[in-house]
Amino acid sequence: MSDTVVSERSGMTNIAVRKKTSAEAVRSSLKKRYAAEKRFKAYGVSALLFAFLMLLILFSTIIGNGYSAFVQTALRLDVTLDAATLDPEGTRKPETLGRADYGGLIKKTLRDMFPEVTSRQDKRKLYGLVSLLGATGNLRDLVLNDPSKVGQTVGVWVPASDDADMLIKGHISRDVPENARRVSNREIAWLDKLAAADRLETRFNTRFFTGGDSREPELAGIWGATVGSFLMLTVTLLLSFPLGVASAVYLEEFAPKNKWTQLVEVNINNLAAVPSIVFGLLGLAVLLNFFGMPRSAPLVGGIVLALMTLPTVIIAGRAALTSVPPSIREAALGVGASKVQTVFHHVLPLAMPGVMTGSIIGMARALGETAPLLMIGMVAFIVDIPRGFTDPATALPVQVFLWADSPERAFVEKTSAAIIVLLAFLVTMNALAVWLRQKFERRW
Amino acid sequence: MSFSVLLVTLLILTVIGFYMGRSRAMASVSGHPRNLHSLPGYYGYFVAIWCGVPALFIAGVWLVFEPQIVRGLLVTSLPEAMQNLAPERLALILNDIRNIASGGIASQEADPTMQAAAEYYNGLRQNGSIAMAAVVLALAVAGLTFGRSKISPELRARNNVEKFIMFLLVASSVIAILTTIGIVFSLLFESIRFFDKVSPAEFLFGLDWSPQTALRADQVGSTGLFGAVPLFAGTLLISFIAMCVAAPVGLLAAIYMAEYAPYKVRVAVKPMLEILAGIPTVVYGFFAALTVAPFFKDIGASAGFAISSESALAAGVVMGIMIIPFVSSISDDVITAVPQSMREGSLGLGATKSETIRRVIFPAALPGIVGGLLLAVSRAIGETMIVVMAAGLAANMTLNPLEAVTTVTVQIVTLLVGDQEFDSAKTLAAFALGLLLFCVTLVLNIVALTVVNKYREQYE
Repeated sequence: MSDTVVSERSGMTNIAVRKKTSAEAVRSSLKKRYAAEKRFKAYGVSALLFAFLMLLILFSTIIGNGYSAFVQTALRLDVTLDAATLDPEGTRKPETLGRADYGGLIKKTLRDMFPEVTSRQDKRKLYGLVSLLGATGNLRDLVLNDPSKVGQTVGVWVPASDDADMLIKGHISRDVPENARRVSNREIAWLDKLAAADRLETRFNTRFFTGGDSREPELAGIWGATVGSFLMLTVTLLLSFPLGVASAVYLEEFAPKNKWTQLVEVNINNLAAVPSIVFGLLGLAVLLNFFGMPRSAPLVGGIVLALMTLPTVIIAGRAALTSVPPSIREAALGVGASKVQTVFHHVLPLAMPGVMTGSIIGMARALGETAPLLMIGMVAFIVDIPRGFTDPATALPVQVFLWADSPERAFVEKTSAAIIVLLAFLVTMNALAVWLRQKFERRW
Repeated sequence: MSFSVLLVTLLILTVIGFYMGRSRAMASVSGHPRNLHSLPGYYGYFVAIWCGVPALFIAGVWLVFEPQIVRGLLVTSLPEAMQNLAPERLALILNDIRNIASGGIASQEADPTMQAAAEYYNGLRQNGSIAMAAVVLALAVAGLTFGRSKISPELRARNNVEKFIMFLLVASSVIAILTTIGIVFSLLFESIRFFDKVSPAEFLFGLDWSPQTALRADQVGSTGLFGAVPLFAGTLLISFIAMCVAAPVGLLAAIYMAEYAPYKVRVAVKPMLEILAGIPTVVYGFFAALTVAPFFKDIGASAGFAISSESALAAGVVMGIMIIPFVSSISDDVITAVPQSMREGSLGLGATKSETIRRVIFPAALPGIVGGLLLAVSRAIGETMIVVMAAGLAANMTLNPLEAVTTVTVQIVTLLVGDQEFDSAKTLAAFALGLLLFCVTLVLNIVALTVVNKYREQYE
């Protein structure tokens, strides 16, 4: 302590002459060192904040772009179901009614609503407000369900076209000069007039959840892709879970510690880090070309994804098996159980929660995987909902990829919405895994 | 009989086999299980295995070979003139026959020969499935009878069943090896066919990449150019940018989490990083193309230089964000594995926490961290969707991150999505690129895993 007093009292000259003691050196550098300490800690915090910020931006862009796809703009048209157009012979046969010209009726209704529109070009724009394909479908269903409506005037809600929909939802700004915007001033005026007449409504977009893919953004849905993903994951689960658990059990409980086992282990660890696209190449060369399996089938996709997730399941399974204490095994062996009985009656049931957690996480990864599916032809444009494991299908992430490639503005919204659905599935699966872990995990 | 009905029948037979085996065993000792060698259930499993497994195996083999055999029979039934057509034409005709047979639309008017062939084909398939059902069920019943006849109190049923279980376990652990072998051979086989057309030297050292082959031989670029160096350059550039983002952020985050963060922060932040790690890459790709790339483009425009809308920068930065959790979780593990005594020693000498981290813990953890970073690089190289959606297709030889570049994975995707002809260099080139990708990531992984394991052993 006395040193401090001296050095503080003595002036500059003293210090300059005398060599600093180490305590002084430490003290004089303390301020700098503490500053460095704070800086270093701040770097760490800012790194975390950066990651967090990116997550936030990502989620807010996706949700901001996508939430509006869950609702859709619909127009109410009072269509006169003209018997002469729909059913000239008056038979009311479903075949005749099914093939009638509903598009013409809708166009006529629109013309009647806006009699001031005369030029061909303007008429085409007017028809463009409605999704003709969707409106025709709605009208046909209505008539086929109740043929007695023919001849009457009915009010039907029909989906608006994607551009009109984007404008109503505010994704196309009205402030942009007309020539830089996809919707002209006249179209806006028509839409405003419809809105003023209470003929415009945004309603829940059921078609998005129940429909297949479509070239028209307003008609495109994710149900086909969801079913495809579900079929594929079923195959993946049925293959990778039993195979993964069996190999984990063998490697952990039975395998002799020798060169061969070591090779298998190294191999599994490496397989876990092989780029996913390489598995796609394997599927293409072996499953499609060599075994002649059908292209775009959930069966093939499921097998490829199963091979990809297998290492994850094996690694998780082994970790779960190692965490079961040896005393359990010894007790079972001690009362006369065979090695196989010990493992299957005692060790494996205790390890099951860990195994299942690992498998669910593996499944979640498989659900989000896109690249290998591109290789085996699951990128095709498929409208029908797949009904079996060999039907052509696509998957949710691939649907995201396909829609992201489409130029229409409305597909940005649809893509984001599909991502929201995909993320919802992933979050559910991961939450399930966490719940399983917390509920059943035992600390020995 | 459809295949699923067959499977269900087989399953029912197997269950019946189980109960028959068990009751037979009990009957053989007149209801006193203690006189049996094994528990009664094992006799049931014994019969069930004999009933189900051989039948299922034959069904599987049948399914694999049926298409080839049917095809062969169909071809021999066709008129001579058709049989001698070129393989592609023949495949087209067979395809048409199949379409007619399933009631679909053929690419040409169906002539009587085709119609007859289609009927023949349908007949073959029907006979085939009936024959398969008959063979499989006969085998199942035979197995059941055989297994049942073997049952006696002395039969070592448990040992037999356990032997079978062990066989299953070994077989499933071989699947992983088979997958690797499958990958290596399928890539090698197609690559060798590629290198018949294009010399390996040109592929590895050529500076021009334009795989689109022209239709006519006299057009410019009729052969296509397969110099992959621009792809390597693009891959390395994007991976480098990604690591520039991921390495510092991931490492600092890991250090903070391992050394500074109070327990509550750790618990809150870990799931966030896990979410970042669990987001599918296609979502990152969309994010890069929709948000990040236009953002950089606007910044570039306001600063007065042109950034292409599919820049290496945007793809690289987003890929870096994707890899952050990967780097941070490995580094976190590695840093926590550094023994506590080293920290205490350094702190006891009066070092501040950051000095301890920088001068003691970091050097001690360095091998593990390097291993983790190598793993991260291998992921960046193999990552596909982000670059497919955000990096573009132009094979530019450039180190300028503001321009569009292309990568190995992007080229594999573009070459293989859409029509494939397995005799053109264009399609085969994808496999050569895949082989290269596989080898590079394999080497990186092996080196990284060895380093990480060595490091772990050092402190255990």
